[in-house]
Amino acid sequence: MKINQKDVEHVARLARLNLEPQELEVMTVQMDAILGYVDKLNELDTEGIEPTAHAVPMANAFREDEIRPSIGIELALGNAPMVAGESCFQVPKVIE
Amino acid sequence: MNSRYEVVIGLEVHVQLTTKTKIFCGCSTRFGQAPNSQTCPVCLGLPGALPVLNHKVVDYAIKAGLATNCQIAPHSIFARKNYFYPDLPKGYQISQFELPICERGWLDIELEGSEKKRIGITRIHMEEDAGKLLHADGQSSSVDLNRACTPLLEVVSEPDMRTADEAIAYLKQLHQIVVYLGICDGNLEEGSFRCDANVSIRPWGQKELGTRAELKNLNSFRFIKQAIEYEVERQAELLDDGGKVVQETRLFDADKGVSRSMRGKEEAHDYRYFPDPDLLPLKVSEDWIDQVRSTLPELPQAKLQRYQQEFGLPAYDAGVLSAEKPVAEYFETLVALHDQPKICSNWVMSEVLGALKDKGIDIVDCPVTPAMLAGILKRIADSTISGKIAKQVFDGIWSTGKSADQIIEEQGLKQVTDTGAIEAIVNEVIAANPGQFEELKGGKDKLMGFFVGQVMKASKGKANPEMVNQLLKKKLSA
Amino acid sequence: MSFQNLTIQQIRKKLIAGELTSVALTRACLERIQATNHQLNTFITVCEKEALAAAEAADEQLAAGNAALLTGLPIALKDIFNTLNVRTTCGSKLLDNYISPYDATAVQRLREQGAVIVGKLNMDEFAMGSSNENSAAGAVRNPWNSDHVPGGSSGGSAAAVAAGQVVATLGTDTGGSIRQPASHCGVVGLKPTYGRVSRYGVIAYASSLDQVGPLARNVEDCATMLGVVAGYDPADSTSVDCPVPDYLENLAAGVSGKKIGLPKEYFIDGLDAAVKQAITAAIETYRQLGAEIVDVSLPHTDYSVASYYLIATAEASSNLARYDGVRFGVRKDEGAGLISMYQQTRAAGFGDEVKRRIMLGTYALSSGYYDAYYLKAQKVRTLIRQDFLEAFEKVDLLLTPVAPTPAFKLGEMINDPLQMYLSDIFTIPANLAGTCAISLPCGFSQEGLPIGLQLIGQPFAEADLLQAAYAFEQATDWGGRSPELS
Repeated sequence: MKINQKDVEHVARLARLNLEPQELEVMTVQMDAILGYVDKLNELDTEGIEPTAHAVPMANAFREDEIRPSIGIELALGNAPMVAGESCFQVPKVIE
Repeated sequence: MNSRYEVVIGLEVHVQLTTKTKIFCGCSTRFGQAPNSQTCPVCLGLPGALPVLNHKVVDYAIKAGLATNCQIAPHSIFARKNYFYPDLPKGYQISQFELPICERGWLDIELEGSEKKRIGITRIHMEEDAGKLLHADGQSSSVDLNRACTPLLEVVSEPDMRTADEAIAYLKQLHQIVVYLGICDGNLEEGSFRCDANVSIRPWGQKELGTRAELKNLNSFRFIKQAIEYEVERQAELLDDGGKVVQETRLFDADKGVSRSMRGKEEAHDYRYFPDPDLLPLKVSEDWIDQVRSTLPELPQAKLQRYQQEFGLPAYDAGVLSAEKPVAEYFETLVALHDQPKICSNWVMSEVLGALKDKGIDIVDCPVTPAMLAGILKRIADSTISGKIAKQVFDGIWSTGKSADQIIEEQGLKQVTDTGAIEAIVNEVIAANPGQFEELKGGKDKLMGFFVGQVMKASKGKANPEMVNQLLKKKLSA
Repeated sequence: MSFQNLTIQQIRKKLIAGELTSVALTRACLERIQATNHQLNTFITVCEKEALAAAEAADEQLAAGNAALLTGLPIALKDIFNTLNVRTTCGSKLLDNYISPYDATAVQRLREQGAVIVGKLNMDEFAMGSSNENSAAGAVRNPWNSDHVPGGSSGGSAAAVAAGQVVATLGTDTGGSIRQPASHCGVVGLKPTYGRVSRYGVIAYASSLDQVGPLARNVEDCATMLGVVAGYDPADSTSVDCPVPDYLENLAAGVSGKKIGLPKEYFIDGLDAAVKQAITAAIETYRQLGAEIVDVSLPHTDYSVASYYLIATAEASSNLARYDGVRFGVRKDEGAGLISMYQQTRAAGFGDEVKRRIMLGTYALSSGYYDAYYLKAQKVRTLIRQDFLEAFEKVDLLLTPVAPTPAFKLGEMINDPLQMYLSDIFTIPANLAGTCAISLPCGFSQEGLPIGLQLIGQPFAEADLLQAAYAFEQATDWGGRSPELS
């Protein structure tokens, strides 16, 4: 086993995904199979190989410090599930 | 401070940069606007939006690095710090993790009565700020994302400080530098310069560091000192009682002067840093560094040295005049116009700064410009007016905006140097105080001051005091 | 009215000559969509009103003699492109009600050239899938046989072109999501070099791999479409500032003297017989067209699926953190506080495949596993990229199958995610290497399902790729066929 149900539960918490017990079970089996498969990467010796973050090697993309118009409160909040007061997003309180 | 333990302090400072726009989008960074009015798809973290780095933020980071003796990395990268919080729109903060832009710097601090001490700077990196979470009522909170994506530098020190005073000295110097550089407005209350302190203690002689607590929410130098001192006592009491310090984040309550644990938020942090694939690596050439270096102003520490060496000022004067850039600029402009540094220093420190403080005015708005003040100092030097009258001239300029010469002319403040005129007054004063004059003649030298004063008073301050002295001496020996 | 045997350039001529109006053409598309969408489920959103208004405006421009490159041409977009004031769901329940406040750069460029945006196309949720079965809007059917999948994730984009619902579409390709459905639906699909087309406004799946590209009925139309959307965009830091050639200019240059490599790792035992036969015939065609066929090796091919599914899922786990029910999207809140709201919203809003990939990616980045999984995968990516660079020292192009089999049946692989991932083996390497590749029809299976041929080109050599594809298309009659729809 590459991964057990407890690990999967922990990962689900990190990812803020609520998984039902049955989903957890299936997820554990599937993730285990996939992780077992990707283990084949260890057949390769990658000592001293630089990782590739972008396939096309590039550096330095900038913008100048010039103000561009914001989209406005109406559009900013246009898709908000809940709005607080005049112009804030509303979220439930943090309960530990 | 507790003497049984050695205190170890490391500081993390968030410096909000004064760029016009955010670090990854063109929204304005102006403070105090209507909630969410300064947002766009990028800083709202809308699906599909992409960040583009503000060039000026890199310039500012290099500036800060050079001013704090850091190595500027030729190659650095941005990383994502992943965690969920409503004030963090994308669910990750773009920051730097491996390969920050500046590393291995230092600042020298000097506390009164002790040796200079070098405080190491581990790294300085660029990152975006979060928005603001406002706790409105019992059931919900509201989110304002105007501040989201505002550029920050995080300056991380080595755990080199051993007292709260050292920590404050380091912070004040860092604060002075970033304000001097013009990359931060330095406003602690508005959160432009925020400090977290990592504090631990260990028995003297122990090599390993003790378990540290991270103190947050320190928004004035005074609170930082209080919070550190409180924390040291708290940990010492714990250890004294055979207890253990827990690694945790503590929030300082300035009203009560105590800190409380933020346990609960400590839930297994796993930020899953990885290079941000939306941003390219940053390459900084020697040319770029040189070009930024050429824009660096003379820093306060350098000014402090120079004022003492070049101008022969006492350390105290040099410290006051170099502490803030606008004051230093005022002083240096004045010295350039009137080459008597000590006299200039006296005037700036007492008259100028005193009057500004009384009136609550900033030095850049001072009604008496360095040129105007130089006008006064010239007239003292050439004996047109006395030092005492000069203060009257200063007040006159302050309220009218006229030049020194105009004020002297209009108010008839020119010093009287005509021997006949002064002698006449001296005679009058002697005639009015015959008894005292006899006593003076008899050797009661203290009365000399009395007579000079009376003559000056009768001349409305305009008589040249040296001439008054000479004339009186002549009368005595007559 | 049928435009199915015409290229964009031919339609454009008719529009300019006044033989055809954009309104008539757009109406024809809308009618075709209406008549076939219940069967294919290609469209998530049809923008009838907006499209007709745009068509009217286009006709005015045409009448005034101001024809731009796509003036009046009905185009549809994968629902991954932000489209101003139009619902943009990305195939997800979580974005069911999301109305975008902005246009993606590619969409803006289409509009600037006068394109008529007809609607938003079905796709695997957040572009995660190879069958278009992972969509909140339901599965898309293959126009050639409705028991079969159209491929994915740009399944709607491929099927809509095949079914003649629009002239051309835009899709995105992260591990084959343009080429594989193009192959399964018998159309042409181009994945440009990473950085060639702006990603700004394209909902991210895996940022270092995602690339926008066209799907069309023929190579020439792909060239026309690429010419419009390609080019540097200051809003995308990863877009490359390199000039865009006129892709139509030398389209008929042919392949005589070109060296075409056959990577031996792509001709494996598991290859479906019909696919093998079609590819073998295609190789012969190229030989007859004067190309030199060369055997080459891409030795790390076998590691590409493993590398891809770590890199893509890691990036996705972070890219999809913003779907938290705070600023947009469908929130689910049972009043148990913030963290619970996050968990409920994401659990209810994401489908199984998306959850699986978020989980896998979160794990690959998590403390203690980063080096073993994510970093290792990035290093293997370096080796895969080097394979291509070395091969391109010997040859101009590579020729491979697109997929090991023709389109499989709906439901056939849905419960075996790993098997589904492995079917992307031929398309994934080009994404990891960042280079360009095209898929074009080269045959049919006995059941009448299309088979595609993949050509892989050097970075930024889209023009060469299009020329080679065009030569094949002209020499054979596999392209441009239309399925019978009831």
